[in-house]
Amino acid sequence: MRSAVLVAVMALVTMLTRFLPFMVFRKRTPAYIMYLGKVLPPAIIGMLVIYCMKDVSLSANPFGLPELSAAAGVVVLHIWKRNSLLSILAGTLLYMFLVQVVF
Amino acid sequence: MKRLTVRKAFYSSLPVLAGYVVLGIGFGILLRGAGYGVLWAFSMSVFIFAGSMQYVGVGLLTGGVSVLTAALTTFMVNARHLFYSISMVDKYRDAGKYKPYLIFALTDETYSLLCDGKIPEGCDAQLYRFLVSAFNQSYWVTGSVLGSLLGAVIPFSTEGIEFSMTALFVASFTEQWLSSHDHIPALTGLLGTLVCLVIFGPERFLIPAMLLITLVLTLLRRREEKVL
Repeated sequence: MRSAVLVAVMALVTMLTRFLPFMVFRKRTPAYIMYLGKVLPPAIIGMLVIYCMKDVSLSANPFGLPELSAAAGVVVLHIWKRNSLLSILAGTLLYMFLVQVVF
Repeated sequence: MKRLTVRKAFYSSLPVLAGYVVLGIGFGILLRGAGYGVLWAFSMSVFIFAGSMQYVGVGLLTGGVSVLTAALTTFMVNARHLFYSISMVDKYRDAGKYKPYLIFALTDETYSLLCDGKIPEGCDAQLYRFLVSAFNQSYWVTGSVLGSLLGAVIPFSTEGIEFSMTALFVASFTEQWLSSHDHIPALTGLLGTLVCLVIFGPERFLIPAMLLITLVLTLLRRREEKVL
């Protein structure tokens, strides 16, 4: 019962973080929010890239090499082929190979 | 048009498939280990649908925390969603009957697939967004249930497969870099977050990073409005 209450609270607060901006700007979108809607997406993707790497240590073996080289592989392959699915698949396989076999 | 939209949405969601199934399995295993079975895994993935929050949630369930602590922790872990929603307010404005679900299902990964506002040619925009979100949630729910049922019996080593989420963000970053001539927002996000990570450490850098990014982009507004 207690656990069910906690799960409900987690669900409701999570919904709150997603719905709040939509409730605040229900009627019309202010120019400033329109502006943020244009510039935030690329900034947030940049933030998520760092967020994913937050626990990578550059000072301890293997010095973030698997992450950095697999990420570089994704970038190079994506510039070359411009195919997201291919870039992600190849980058992930490269990373799995690096952490399971090489490092 | 409907079939084309379904096909395109499924194709767009594929990069999320492996990551969500595997991370979902991890969540199901963790939750089972904490003494909560498959119905709990299913319910949490259906009603919460926030990956990192659900991992934190396992700790909250077993840690005997108060309702207030659970609420505050959830808010802190998910504060970044405010950020995603702010930038989608206008894009989702006319989503009609799909709007509540689109907002509910706006995870990191769904956001990265839909935030540029581009819809494949010939597709119904709102149906496409709805299906991408729903496909993604179905992978997450499937993974959680599988993890809870099968436990640790996976025949091959999946170590490192969680990198598919990182690869998704790196590919999205590269794609938007190549398709835009204005790199200031992307660089602000990347470098601003990096600076905050160095200053505040991996546990508490995210909220300062969001504030810094908003501040810098607000200060650059006059300049950026000209470029955009």
